[in-house]
Amino acid sequence: MSGDITLARFDDVLEHFDPVMGIEVHVELNTRTKMFCGCATTFGAPPNTQVCPVCIGLPGSMPAVNQKAVESAIRLGLALHCRIAERCTFARKNYFYPDLSKNYQISQYEDPIDQDGYLDVELEDGTIFRVEIERAHMEEDAAKNTHVGGATGRIQGADYTLVDYNRGGMPLIEIVTKPITGAGARAPEVARAYVAALREVVLALGISDARMEQGSLRADVNLSLRPKAADAAAQAKVPFGKRSETKNVNSLRAIERAVRYEIRRQGALLAAGQLVTQETRHWHEDSEETSPGRSKEQAEDYRYFPEPDLLPIEPDRAWVEELRAALPEMPAVKRARLKAEWGFTDREMLAAVNAGAVDLIEATVAAGAGPAGARKWWLGELARVANEREVDLVDLPVTPVDVAQVEALIGAGRITDKLARQVLAGVMAGEGTPEQVVAARGLEVVSDDAALLEAVDAALAAQPDVAEAIKAGRVQAAGAIVGAVMKATRGQADAARVRELILQRVGA
Amino acid sequence: MSPTDLTRLSAAEAATLLQDGQISSVELTQAHLDRIEAVDPAVHAFLKTMPDRALEEAKAADAARAAGDDLSPLAGVPIAIKDVLATEGLVTTCGSKILENWVPAYDATVVRKVRAARLPILGKTNMDEFAMGSSTEHSAYGPTHNPWDLDRIPGGSGGGSAAAVAAFEAPLALGSDTGGSIRQPAAVTGSVGVKPTYGGVSRFGLVAMASSLDQVGPVARTVLDTALLHELIGGHDPMDQTSLTDPVPPVVAAARQGLAGDIGHLRVGIVKELGGKGFQPGVLARFREALDLLQQLGATVEEVSCPALKYSLGAYYLIMPSEASSNLARFDAMRYGLRLAPEDGPATVETVMGATRWAGFGDEVKRRIILGTYALSAGYYDAYYGSAQKVRTLIQRDFEAAFNRVDVLVSPTAPTTAFKLGEKLDDPLAMYLGDITTIPANLAGIPGISVPGGLAEDGLPVGIQFLAPARADAFLYQAGGALEAALVERWGGPLLDQAPALPGGGQEGGEAA
Amino acid sequence: MSAISRDEVARVAALARLSVPPEELDKLAEQLDSIVEAVRVVSEAAGGDVPATSHPIPLVNVFRADEVRPSLSVDQALLAAPAREADQFKVPQILGEEP
Repeated sequence: MSGDITLARFDDVLEHFDPVMGIEVHVELNTRTKMFCGCATTFGAPPNTQVCPVCIGLPGSMPAVNQKAVESAIRLGLALHCRIAERCTFARKNYFYPDLSKNYQISQYEDPIDQDGYLDVELEDGTIFRVEIERAHMEEDAAKNTHVGGATGRIQGADYTLVDYNRGGMPLIEIVTKPITGAGARAPEVARAYVAALREVVLALGISDARMEQGSLRADVNLSLRPKAADAAAQAKVPFGKRSETKNVNSLRAIERAVRYEIRRQGALLAAGQLVTQETRHWHEDSEETSPGRSKEQAEDYRYFPEPDLLPIEPDRAWVEELRAALPEMPAVKRARLKAEWGFTDREMLAAVNAGAVDLIEATVAAGAGPAGARKWWLGELARVANEREVDLVDLPVTPVDVAQVEALIGAGRITDKLARQVLAGVMAGEGTPEQVVAARGLEVVSDDAALLEAVDAALAAQPDVAEAIKAGRVQAAGAIVGAVMKATRGQADAARVRELILQRVGA
Repeated sequence: MSPTDLTRLSAAEAATLLQDGQISSVELTQAHLDRIEAVDPAVHAFLKTMPDRALEEAKAADAARAAGDDLSPLAGVPIAIKDVLATEGLVTTCGSKILENWVPAYDATVVRKVRAARLPILGKTNMDEFAMGSSTEHSAYGPTHNPWDLDRIPGGSGGGSAAAVAAFEAPLALGSDTGGSIRQPAAVTGSVGVKPTYGGVSRFGLVAMASSLDQVGPVARTVLDTALLHELIGGHDPMDQTSLTDPVPPVVAAARQGLAGDIGHLRVGIVKELGGKGFQPGVLARFREALDLLQQLGATVEEVSCPALKYSLGAYYLIMPSEASSNLARFDAMRYGLRLAPEDGPATVETVMGATRWAGFGDEVKRRIILGTYALSAGYYDAYYGSAQKVRTLIQRDFEAAFNRVDVLVSPTAPTTAFKLGEKLDDPLAMYLGDITTIPANLAGIPGISVPGGLAEDGLPVGIQFLAPARADAFLYQAGGALEAALVERWGGPLLDQAPALPGGGQEGGEAA
Repeated sequence: MSAISRDEVARVAALARLSVPPEELDKLAEQLDSIVEAVRVVSEAAGGDVPATSHPIPLVNVFRADEVRPSLSVDQALLAAPAREADQFKVPQILGEEP
């Protein structure tokens, strides 16, 4: 652990240094079969039940490329504005490790399938930050090692290790950014927002479950500091510093924390005149710090060479265009479109995004509600309830259709906003649809004029002086009668209609 | 028919007798098992035989025939399989200690095809460890002996398969050819061996040495037999994406055409670079004789030059070890095979892997792994592996130019006849030099055949090699068949009839057949 | 003089996970050196404009459909395992980090 390190203050570091990041994200595809064999990919299957000669690396076995995985890689590349390689090849990355059944990983090296793209990332204040993508390539996942014995259950001190090859050979796409510069103090936020945005893209494409907690989306963050320059042009000329690569960052929150931690750790080292070691570090969720991996005796030398067992891929241009045409709308683009369609202000849209309400509002509008009304309920009353219950909006027991129905009831004058809150409470209490709740709770606005007139007459009769005053032209005096009628109808009357009836009755 | 007669039948002849009901597969298989028992102690072509299982397969083949099943032409004819091919339930060692007890959980595609066609499997044949060698002396289980002279090498790496057919222990065998491992053993044992076009036969289940060079192929005593086996094992395999999607070339028809003396206006090219210096006089004499015969049959012969071939040995001994170093990384004591603890120090994954690999691999394998690792390592890749891949392009271009002028190329299969066991064991480079004639085909991916060309001045067999353009395997069989027929006529019988009797083999020789 | 040093052989052997006994290093260095010397000609043979051939037959775009095939049974998968426990491959303790 690094408990002996005094961290620098974040703001102090940023005053003197410019952070540079590189983020590598591994996305495990949700294809039916593995990258190079026909084994199933079900998560959580009993150990070594989804393995075959290919993925346990039996002598003589050979890989066979999964077309669906290639298709997913192309679709992701298109969504990230990458150039889809005219020709790409697989390569062997050679290193010995017991989770790697052949002691080489089939990956891509010189000519990855997706090259030179970008992803526009929206920060919390609505700023757009463009993250340049260097490449995205296909590869196979390693098996799962379980370290047994020893005190910690960690690799150090374990007595032996058990290997389950179910995950071995699962299809992965690794997305590598170009160096991310210019984020300054927002580097932690940018890192988090980038991974979140990438995750959204992956989910929109439907190519992965992208569950960070299950490891189907994993991020490694490279970070270095370089002296801060006077302006951007001068800054661009300052060479990068030595970097650390932090692995095992398994939540969006952790990404932000890990970057912040590394900035403070490296800042402290540099401020003390020490050097940053180029190394791999591990993020510890519990202690919220990084620790160095065991230093390697020698530099890595992966001896990449073209995989002779697999043929090059030259994606047919017609196929690529077909895939491009069929891409779903990307989340950021969709948000911009909806904002315009709905006529929301930046602030309103941002609030909807931050509350996770965009899809809910969209569905509510699709069910017939107006955008303003939908937003009002999801970000108002329902957000309050969700907050109270400490759940996400989407997990509340109320659907966009329910909300649209409530809006319709208000529009038809059958309930008031005030009543609507009771209706929603009823829906969330499991009392049925809004219609059913209104009926069961007897919440409908009294819109029967005869019934209202009865109440108006009774109120006028009880307060003859007020009636006189109204008749004499002091129309504002009608408020007292309206109040009495509302009280008599337990709030279920439309106050405006009551007022009209009062004026009509006294002949004012 | 006596058991000796049965073992001397060609596969095609045996197949006809089986089809006609004159012999049974059980008889035929038993005769070969008996022959193995008699002569293999001296020859050591087999690492393991499976008599009971083979006889059961023979019985099943006979039963299927009796039931009127639609059978493959070779159904019931027994076969030997090089121990580099995975056989489900049968130990597969690749001639290595590191796989001493490995029982594969699956069949290689070619083995699956052989089983489906109901060829009883006699056993697994000896080989240089992981197919690395030209003599079988690098087998961890002791060398195979050349049936022509037991003090001599049977070639390699597939010396076991070649010796098995040459010693009449099997009519057919499967081999693998990375730099000549089918053709050179065929040449020095007086048998026939074919390396098909790269991808013509599935490699799935072939324990890889150098994936871009390896190819499975047939081994037999006649051109027709190799063609029949080629047709059986060839074709696209979805499990091997580098396998050709084309239909198997009409190799059997081509062989028959050649055997009938029909080579049309075959244009034959002599490769200038594959002859001359370093070639044994007796080898060159047989080679010239073969050219004369081909001309008498109507072929035109001209000399062609492939200048890049002078780099082929260098390219081969970079590409092969590089790929092998990666392919052999999986033998690490974790999932299968040998596991040894280090002699001292703690037993960790690293030390167990290192100790097992050091003790489990033989010297030649380790030499190639280290050479290949070196050639791929940072800073050397471009100069070595990268350059070798470029040489490959140059060799392909040379062949392409040559094949614009001729249909087939011809050369001696090997520069010399079989050398003595132990003669080159301490001089790896000298051993490598013997591959000069065979490796260009592997580098270029083109097919090659070796057919017996007679005996050299030392009384040992000489092989004649034909090479054809990629996918034109049929030319090999036509040319090879024609040469074989002409030579057999001249000799008054197959060359192997002149082979000496083997200890334990009883009465044999040309008169017996 | 040997172009490939003893240390170089040791480095490469470590990469290849071969525990070479120290007394073997010199012999290996010598053998390797003679082989490398013999194959060195390739680097002068091909200029920069010659494309590399990685696959002898130029095929492209051969794919497998994303259809599940039966896996091995656990016992088949672990058939040859030197050691097993709880249906997994049991391997010695690992000191090195995942690369």
